[in-house]
Amino acid sequence: MYKLTVEDLHKSYGTHEVLKGVSLKARAGDVISIIGSSGSGKSTFLRCINFLEKPNAGIISLNGEAIRLEKAKNGELHAADHKQLQRMRTRLAMVFQHFNLWGHMTVLENVTEAPIHVLGVNKDEARHNAVRYLQKVGLDERTYNKYPSHLSGGQQQRVAIARALAVEPEVMLFDEPTSALDPELVGEVLKVMQDLAEEGRTMVVVTHEMSFARNVSTHTLFLHKGLVEEEGHPDQVFGNTQSERLRQFLSGSLK
Amino acid sequence: MFLDGFGSLIMAGTWVTIELAVMSLLVAFVIGLLGAGGRVSTNPLVNAVATVYTTLIRGVPDLVLMLLIFYSLQIGLNKITEALHLSQIDLDPMVSGVLTLGFIYGAYFTETFRGAFLAVPKGQIEAGVAYGLSGWQVFSRIQFPQMMRFALPGISNNWQVMLKATALVSIIGLADVVKASIDAGKSSYRVFYFTVIAGLVYLALTSVSNLVLMWLERHYSTGVREAEL
Repeated sequence: MYKLTVEDLHKSYGTHEVLKGVSLKARAGDVISIIGSSGSGKSTFLRCINFLEKPNAGIISLNGEAIRLEKAKNGELHAADHKQLQRMRTRLAMVFQHFNLWGHMTVLENVTEAPIHVLGVNKDEARHNAVRYLQKVGLDERTYNKYPSHLSGGQQQRVAIARALAVEPEVMLFDEPTSALDPELVGEVLKVMQDLAEEGRTMVVVTHEMSFARNVSTHTLFLHKGLVEEEGHPDQVFGNTQSERLRQFLSGSLK
Repeated sequence: MFLDGFGSLIMAGTWVTIELAVMSLLVAFVIGLLGAGGRVSTNPLVNAVATVYTTLIRGVPDLVLMLLIFYSLQIGLNKITEALHLSQIDLDPMVSGVLTLGFIYGAYFTETFRGAFLAVPKGQIEAGVAYGLSGWQVFSRIQFPQMMRFALPGISNNWQVMLKATALVSIIGLADVVKASIDAGKSSYRVFYFTVIAGLVYLALTSVSNLVLMWLERHYSTGVREAEL
């Protein structure tokens, strides 16, 4: 039984086809890393999974339940049942490249927002859970009443991870979570992600961190021009690279 | 007393001015939010209606509009009552004043809010959508509180202009502070004196509202201001 399956996903912007049929299957505990040069469509693919971008074709299922879709006039797929989409989105928590913490809310409010207002958890319980998740990502009570702009990038991204954990998602989606960070802050975020992977969380991670893809993920996808050029276990993908393009990409990114 | 016994008249007029301004603000605020929603809408028809509204209203003097809307409201209502064979309903000048001012200043608020909506980073809204917040929750819990920071300087400006524009309603028969002071001036042969009084009333009202607006600006800047310290 797969937690998350994406079948034959297509996405175009006007006449430009960004994704030309990409599929992904994640079992519980899988950590799937998606690598590729910029413009390969990897972020778009991730954003299509929770419908921040509307794909033109494809099937997305969570725990065997497919998101019901209908075709709009412009060729994009729309959710046929908005309530279902909303419910599925809370099962798929997203961590963004630029954190996207809500700037007018404190750290604690950011983490309790979705549990209280979407999932209907009572305030005390939500706060109690939030503290637990914030501690898990290594933030202590001195930060809880601060606003995001008061924190370092690494701290903000860890709050964003706590916000994702707080909805107790089935699958966590990471969209280049360390790309906007200063180099010295990357480590603290990767460490948290590694801990989550070791805990058996199901994760889909778009990343430029080859060491993370290689050492932490259980499956790696290399996207090139909207297609999966190569995929497999990272030992295979990195150790015994088949495609010439991936070889070029890896030699470029290891410099 | 320094108001020569016209104190209660001036007070009543001041109260009419405040009532008119505050209620018009509410109407303009709501129209502004709806209009801004229309201006940023991807639906071409909605967008066109909102654009025509702001262009037309902002391009014609308030006084002309006020006469137009005020009389057309009554004429329109008369047509409806005639068609239904009902007796004529006279519009309350306060209601028409509020609707007229609200409709005019709604156009200015539309533009203020439109700019403010566009100033909220897209990622803030995306995060709300991604975490399953409904459309209304995204608006009321994320978009609105964040856009108010960008909208407040414009709102302050609109409010002050609108507060002073309430003086125009004296021509449609409302006993606001201007009408009251003219009446007092004429009766006491001290027109200049009572006109100054009217001016001072407006100055007092705008000064008090500045304090409220300053407080609001601080309130909606939480999370931004502190980081700048």
